[in-house]
Amino acid sequence: MRVAARSGVARSGAARDRRAELWLGALGAAVLVLIVAMAVTVFVKAWPSFSYNGLGWFGSGGEVDQQLRAMRESAPLPGHGLLYFRAWPLIWGTLITTVSAVALALFISTLAAIFLTEFAPGPVRRVLDPVIRLLAAVPSVIYGLIGILVLAPWIEETFISNARKHSVIFVVQLNGQNLTTATVILTVMILPIMVAITANALAAVPSSWREGSAALGVNRWRTIWRVSMRVTWPAIAAGLVLATARALGEAVMLAMVSGSSAFAANPLDGVTFLFEPVRPLAATIFQEAGGLTIGPLSHTIYAIGAVLLVSAIMMSLAGWAAKQSLRRYGIRA
Amino acid sequence: MAGVALGPAPPPGTLTVRPRRESVAAWPLVDRAWYGIAWLTGIGLCLTALSIVAIMLVKGVGYLNLADFTSPPAASLQQNQSGGFSDPIIGTLIVTVIGIVIAAPVGVAIAAWLAEYARPSWLARTVESAIEMLAGTPSVVLAIFGLAVLSQGYLGFLSQGAARGSLGESFFNAGIVMSLIALPLVVASTREGLFQLPDRLREASYALGKTRATTIRCVLLPAIRPSMASGIVLGMGRIIGDTAIITIVLGATLRNEPVNGVPVIGLLRGTGSTLTSYVFYNSPAGEGNSHEKAYAAAFVLLVIVLALNALVTRLTHGSGERGRALRLLRFLTGRV
Repeated sequence: MRVAARSGVARSGAARDRRAELWLGALGAAVLVLIVAMAVTVFVKAWPSFSYNGLGWFGSGGEVDQQLRAMRESAPLPGHGLLYFRAWPLIWGTLITTVSAVALALFISTLAAIFLTEFAPGPVRRVLDPVIRLLAAVPSVIYGLIGILVLAPWIEETFISNARKHSVIFVVQLNGQNLTTATVILTVMILPIMVAITANALAAVPSSWREGSAALGVNRWRTIWRVSMRVTWPAIAAGLVLATARALGEAVMLAMVSGSSAFAANPLDGVTFLFEPVRPLAATIFQEAGGLTIGPLSHTIYAIGAVLLVSAIMMSLAGWAAKQSLRRYGIRA
Repeated sequence: MAGVALGPAPPPGTLTVRPRRESVAAWPLVDRAWYGIAWLTGIGLCLTALSIVAIMLVKGVGYLNLADFTSPPAASLQQNQSGGFSDPIIGTLIVTVIGIVIAAPVGVAIAAWLAEYARPSWLARTVESAIEMLAGTPSVVLAIFGLAVLSQGYLGFLSQGAARGSLGESFFNAGIVMSLIALPLVVASTREGLFQLPDRLREASYALGKTRATTIRCVLLPAIRPSMASGIVLGMGRIIGDTAIITIVLGATLRNEPVNGVPVIGLLRGTGSTLTSYVFYNSPAGEGNSHEKAYAAAFVLLVIVLALNALVTRLTHGSGERGRALRLLRFLTGRV
């Protein structure tokens, strides 16, 4: 009798356990469905823009600002439909800011990570850890504020002479919000990720490998360069990928400091190129979002979102690949 | 784990053979130059952070009035008539609470499922990568997606609906979208905590005849409270610092504007602003364009975010150098 009762309890316990598992699994599946729905929604909403423009969407032609204004005012540009859109200046803006910020950050973060793990005296190291945290915690709107109120006026005063302004006056207007300002602030924003990942991996290099190198009479710098850095490259790659993802998606800060003029900065302008305004994709979504009620404009905005989403997915895949090669060395990042 | 933490002190009494420190002066010139550059970048990093804090401190404290905390903003170009930021502070609070109330239980549940059940394994793997993808999705994209879904007619009760030509901007909707950016952080942190628990805890619980569900609820989750808490606090920090979702899904109207004057529900269905959108509004890029207010609000925002940050450090205190390094990474990337 008692045995039966107890087994009954056990059975109901097991049933409850199965139910709990089902509920939790269902929740996981629901979140999965939501995320897939997100991708699908964005693509469905973006489709009219892509199908109207074809591959030309990614190309150049005309002025993006005019095209967006035409959509906002429902007054199609002569010879084109309302959905006519050529995104190249925006794509170029995203590419140039992201690539230059990531390249700068790669250089700085590698050296900073080496400094942090190998050379920094105890007190400096104890300061650097919270410093990295702090840099990572500052919200992007504050970075934007500092960029627009502190860095931009300084750059305008120091580097943008009247002669420089006049040299491109018929093409674009120069001010403190430009490619350089955007790149500098973006670099500071993505540095913490890369420093943390690289430093973490450097610290995980088996000390026997470094000792082996030292025993051969190689000095510490060369040991780091030739032994440690060679093992750490997958971690650096992982850091690069995460930093790129963050730089691609940064909207608010870039909307504030990049100049917000859909102008494809031209490297042929020499040094002036560095001070020309740009307008990345994410910043464009942020600035045009007020027009989401307007059909053609909203399709265009979702199309830009779709491009960003695809690049984010590709970054996730690249990060996953980098992580796989990290596992080989027993390093987790 | 192959790694050795950043220079842990050897326990006293162990024999350490320390080679004579080689002198940098004996290195080749190129190596010495790189050594110098490494020092410079390290110091430069510190100086950058220091100057950011100094700017915010000097300008922020200088422009901050106590009255700003209690007076709502007003549309005026005169700095002394444009009011304070009481509404944005309330807005930040509301959005954070809604976002976390959704993200925390869902995140913990998903993490428990991923770490303890994970059946069928293909589904678990897919959910895992989907959440990683979510962590990498730019918040502007989440914002326009959220607006597309939440502006549907049958979800009109969450906002003032299409009646007034709105797109569905409201506190409810902003909170819901915000929960998406906090979710990956909660999941990652909780899951990592569960992975690090020793198996003997589970075995002891099963040996007492407890089911898996009971074990999770009564043994495992209480044991990883600090991990859950740090994930939740990280998520809060992310929500508080986000501007894109606020501008797009909350509407970023200057004041909080309740619908129909219904006290609580009306407020949550209405549009409003938070500290981040207030800073943006008052920056030269926004319409308000008053430096003093922007600096003051940004200072308050920074203090909140840094306090949350310190809380995370405190929660994860005593988990060893290695654990801290991993947590720092998770904090920075939102992934494990």
